[in-house]
Amino acid sequence: MSPTVNDKFTVGSKTECDGNSLKLKNEEVRLDRADLEILHALQEDSRQTYTAIGKRLKVSHSTVYDRVKKMEEEKIIKGYTVLVDFDKTRVRNVLAVVTVYTDPKETEKVAEKLAESCKVLEAYTSLSDELVIMAKVWAASQEELHEFIANWVAPLQGVLRIRTSIITKKMKETYFSIENYSKRLHL
Amino acid sequence: MTFENSSRILRIVPREKAFYFFTSIGNYTGSNAVSLKEFMERINAVNVKSLEFHLSRGDFEKWTAEVLEDKWLANEISRILRSGLTGEALRNQLYLTVSRRFKRLTNPSSTRF
Repeated sequence: MSPTVNDKFTVGSKTECDGNSLKLKNEEVRLDRADLEILHALQEDSRQTYTAIGKRLKVSHSTVYDRVKKMEEEKIIKGYTVLVDFDKTRVRNVLAVVTVYTDPKETEKVAEKLAESCKVLEAYTSLSDELVIMAKVWAASQEELHEFIANWVAPLQGVLRIRTSIITKKMKETYFSIENYSKRLHL
Repeated sequence: MTFENSSRILRIVPREKAFYFFTSIGNYTGSNAVSLKEFMERINAVNVKSLEFHLSRGDFEKWTAEVLEDKWLANEISRILRSGLTGEALRNQLYLTVSRRFKRLTNPSSTRF
């Protein structure tokens, strides 16, 4: 089980690292070293108790509780979820990375429409040589994947062409880690 | 074939009912057709892989029968599938069949079917 952390962190040169705290983009929410360590602990195992986290950080469980509550209220922690390895289940599925090339005037609308579908697990816009939308799409079969793209994505206004790569083997799947980020900032 | 039936087959269909040309699962070429006329034109222009892909899946038959409501053309396309043609020979045969049908519907006194 792993908490879902809001992706409002800025990385690279835009990050303001002030002593042992981290300033977040747009909103004046600061995370100090203890907050980051709590997030790191929760990302490792969000089922562990506040007491266990407190022991590790050498603070009281009520301090951990207060900070977690604050981060939940601030939507820094967006929620807690379960990571399922579907390869070990009988749930049949096809995962694909779908790149949608769009008319720049329509990209935002196409991306919003895509994001509405329960088949789209993740969706991003990117400006490379062309303005594209990348989406991770789930379907029960290759046929269902094709039907979705042909009947639902291709007809969207502004879609120029679509490239689909069906995922055959997952080599790594992870999430943005507070631990790695803290190391970079030498916190 | 009545004038009403011809008009129905030749009509422009809504964008969501258009035929979208793919070369394989999920790979959309960017070409689509909203009418029999456009369908005929696209047959000459799209990657031949797209024609092979859709013919083998029965997509052309399905679209002509269910969207254009031209059962006669759907049957003719089904015969092309059974002929086993591929590549440019397939393109030529498909174009010939669809263009003859288009000509017949737009000019009933031309080639008889």
